[in-house]
Amino acid sequence: MSTKKESAGSGQFNLGAFLTKNSMVIALIVVFVLFYFLTGGRLLYAQNMSNLLLQNGYVLVMACGMLLCILTGGNIDLSVGSVICMVGGMAAVMLTNHGVNVFVTIPICILVGLVAGIWQGYWIGYVRIPPFITTLGGMFIFRGFGRLILDSKTVAVQDEMFLNIFTAYIKIPGFDTDAHIWSPFLIGALAVAFIIYSTIASRANKAKKGYRQNSAIADFGRAIVISAVLLFYCYLLTQYKGISVMLVWVVAICLIYHFITSKTAFGRYFYAVGGNEKATQLSGINTNKVYFIAYANMGLLAGLCGLLCLARVGSVNGSTGTSFEMDAIGSCFIGGASAYGGSGTIPGVIIGALLLGVINMGMSIMGIGDSWQYVVKGGVLLLAVIFDVVSNRKSGK
Amino acid sequence: MGDTILEMKSITKEFPGVKALDNVNLVVERGEIHALIGENGAGKSTLMNVLSGTYPVGSYSGEIYYNGEICQFKTLKDSEAKGIVIIHQELALIPLLTIGENMFLGNEKKNKLGHIDWDLTYNEAEKHMHQVGLDESAQTLIKDIGTGKQQLVEIAKAFSKNVKLLILDEPTSSLNDEDAKMLLDLLMEFKKNGLTSIIITHKLNEIIYCADKATIIRDGSTIETLVKGVDEFSEDRIIKGMVGRPMDDRYPIREHKVRDEVGLEVKNWTVYHPLYHEKIVDNNISFKVHKGEVIGFSGLQGAGRTELAMSIFGKSYGTNISGELYLDGKKVDLKNPEQAIHHKLAYVTEDRKVNGLILGESIRFNTTLARLDKVCSKGVIDMTEEKNVAEEMTEAMGTKTPSIEQRVGNLSGGNQQKALLGKWMFTEPDVLILDEPTRGIDVGAKYDIYCLINKMVEEGKSVIMISSEMPELIGMCDRIYIMNEGELRGELDAKEATQEKIMSYIISAKA
Repeated sequence: MSTKKESAGSGQFNLGAFLTKNSMVIALIVVFVLFYFLTGGRLLYAQNMSNLLLQNGYVLVMACGMLLCILTGGNIDLSVGSVICMVGGMAAVMLTNHGVNVFVTIPICILVGLVAGIWQGYWIGYVRIPPFITTLGGMFIFRGFGRLILDSKTVAVQDEMFLNIFTAYIKIPGFDTDAHIWSPFLIGALAVAFIIYSTIASRANKAKKGYRQNSAIADFGRAIVISAVLLFYCYLLTQYKGISVMLVWVVAICLIYHFITSKTAFGRYFYAVGGNEKATQLSGINTNKVYFIAYANMGLLAGLCGLLCLARVGSVNGSTGTSFEMDAIGSCFIGGASAYGGSGTIPGVIIGALLLGVINMGMSIMGIGDSWQYVVKGGVLLLAVIFDVVSNRKSGK
Repeated sequence: MGDTILEMKSITKEFPGVKALDNVNLVVERGEIHALIGENGAGKSTLMNVLSGTYPVGSYSGEIYYNGEICQFKTLKDSEAKGIVIIHQELALIPLLTIGENMFLGNEKKNKLGHIDWDLTYNEAEKHMHQVGLDESAQTLIKDIGTGKQQLVEIAKAFSKNVKLLILDEPTSSLNDEDAKMLLDLLMEFKKNGLTSIIITHKLNEIIYCADKATIIRDGSTIETLVKGVDEFSEDRIIKGMVGRPMDDRYPIREHKVRDEVGLEVKNWTVYHPLYHEKIVDNNISFKVHKGEVIGFSGLQGAGRTELAMSIFGKSYGTNISGELYLDGKKVDLKNPEQAIHHKLAYVTEDRKVNGLILGESIRFNTTLARLDKVCSKGVIDMTEEKNVAEEMTEAMGTKTPSIEQRVGNLSGGNQQKALLGKWMFTEPDVLILDEPTRGIDVGAKYDIYCLINKMVEEGKSVIMISSEMPELIGMCDRIYIMNEGELRGELDAKEATQEKIMSYIISAKA
């Protein structure tokens, strides 16, 4: 997150600023602890923790794409759920009914998602049809295509290869045996090493160039907290099947989009367009293309999500993916993306998605029905945005 | 002596960390035009917001006496009920509603049944419009009338609220000289009927022209009140009060070293309106600017100057553009701003908030936006390098800011303009087009910007300056082109140019 921005004073610790900046992380922890006790500790069972990420994996992938759309000016893509149904349906029909090879099916299906995105991106970016209308149209059109492909039936997938590509658990010879699963430790250790290394490298670089540093406690504290959470999570995974390939997909997507949005010129343009489109245009940036790519990319990720969903659930029907887009949109806004565009980060979105995920899971474990889950999710979304707006107003933004 | 309508006594207003007003006193007599002047951020608008109740009683200290009685306004409505109406710099009219609807917005004329009486609304509206000399139908949409007339609608709206004390915050900043004069004449006309006005403006000539008194505010304190006919009442005198020292030269001197090479030349440039395709906005215009030269474009608003500049800058305005463009002697065809920037052309917009800056982002973000590739390798931004160049530009421009991470929206007008200039200087232009570069900024910041222009041309670059302030063009340019109604009407050497001569070109063209 953008903790490096506007450091208050000269490195002294400011509790108020710290709380505001990390409000969503704190909210996540509070909600987590709350449900931990409400569920009598069951929330933290290895199986549940493993499922927390796997169940919400598709939300995270969608939310990464949705963030780009929202950055351009609070625009959303309503068609995501329908594209998931269409692409998932297509994959299921190709694999099960026609016996097409997996390695042909996957690229074709992802391509179909991309084409759906390009179709919408073209109208939104180059003809300037409002995104809400275009994707509302897409929501109907692709749902319709999905049902046509499925012939209004439920189609299941048994293809081992396909399921393995998305849902198998990683087995590293020597680490993972029937008796114990140690690969999460190995991967966790590598990740922790990387986090510590990059913290040290970044501080050294700043020191060399003479830039203002965060205090060492803040930087290393942060690295240590993240590492501890990571290692603990890995420990839980060793208790339950290990690392799923699905998790690798999701983490890879999040890292790629975090890199794009925070480090590349191209990612910067999404923030610029959302901040002031006219000024961006006059700065020599093709804003039509920015819109186009936001939606084309959303289609691509929705296509991938279609496959992830199919693999996880094992079957597709005409209502698969219904209102999935709302989870993605909700994650973005809970995670601090501005409803007017121009601000929001991938780490924020991940926290938003996890917050929703924890609430869902906690309430499910407690045996609270769907209906109440909707009420609570809606309330959390509204509260998060109200908090964001009010705290921004106070800080004079 | 006279009859005091308003007295503000030792007003102090603090924002977190800043004392915006410190013991400010203001006395306004009935039936006068009272100018309130000071640099940007001096506290003029804050003072008026205290008066109008935008900052409610209790949020400031001090007392306000209006017509002899103490006032404690909690909201804008309270002050309006007393006949104090403030017209803000940014017009608060809704483009897609009619003049009549706008005029009674929030104050609708209702009949007994509680719904809006449209006949009464439009009848009343036209009555007030008549007072300010507007002969449009009250059912005309705001977007269909010009800025000058929109300003008049605001005043008519004030009349509909039975105004006794009218406050105008930079009423002429978006008007051309002609419309501005009309507006000031109108104020002087109302004065005869007993209306009191407070006018906030940066244009000193307007103060000399219409004000009876001028109160100068600097750094949140009242410095002095000058009375016409009693004190010396001249631009130089006022500037001295504003900046705290006499300013001998309002335009920095530069050695005129115009080279023979031509930096930019335009031949037979014609531009059509983007929406009304038959309407010609710029007709067959040819001009050139040498290296090391500053040329100016003078004219009224709507003369087609901004449109000309933007159409040259990668066809950012208009359709069906024809004509030839030469940069550094070579013919080029710039299809979009990106190509224009890479051909070392820069256009600094007249509207920094709308077309220039991303207000929610930092100075650093804005500085590099037009040439991000300069701080990128393989599409990845080098954050350290980006900070470096942003620091450099901020220092070179003299932008006053606590850090380059400061949101541009939090800067004052003058500093925003410098940040915007920094952004375009970062593109390393050979030809710089400045559209109203000093609009709405204070005397000190103006001087800084003039110095930057001089530095550019001394390096052998070309500057094209569009401005509605004739003295500025005469003071800064080598040559001045005069435009009117989309056509080039004349060209003057700055040495022989006077305001009268420029005006005569504009007016003769109209005949």
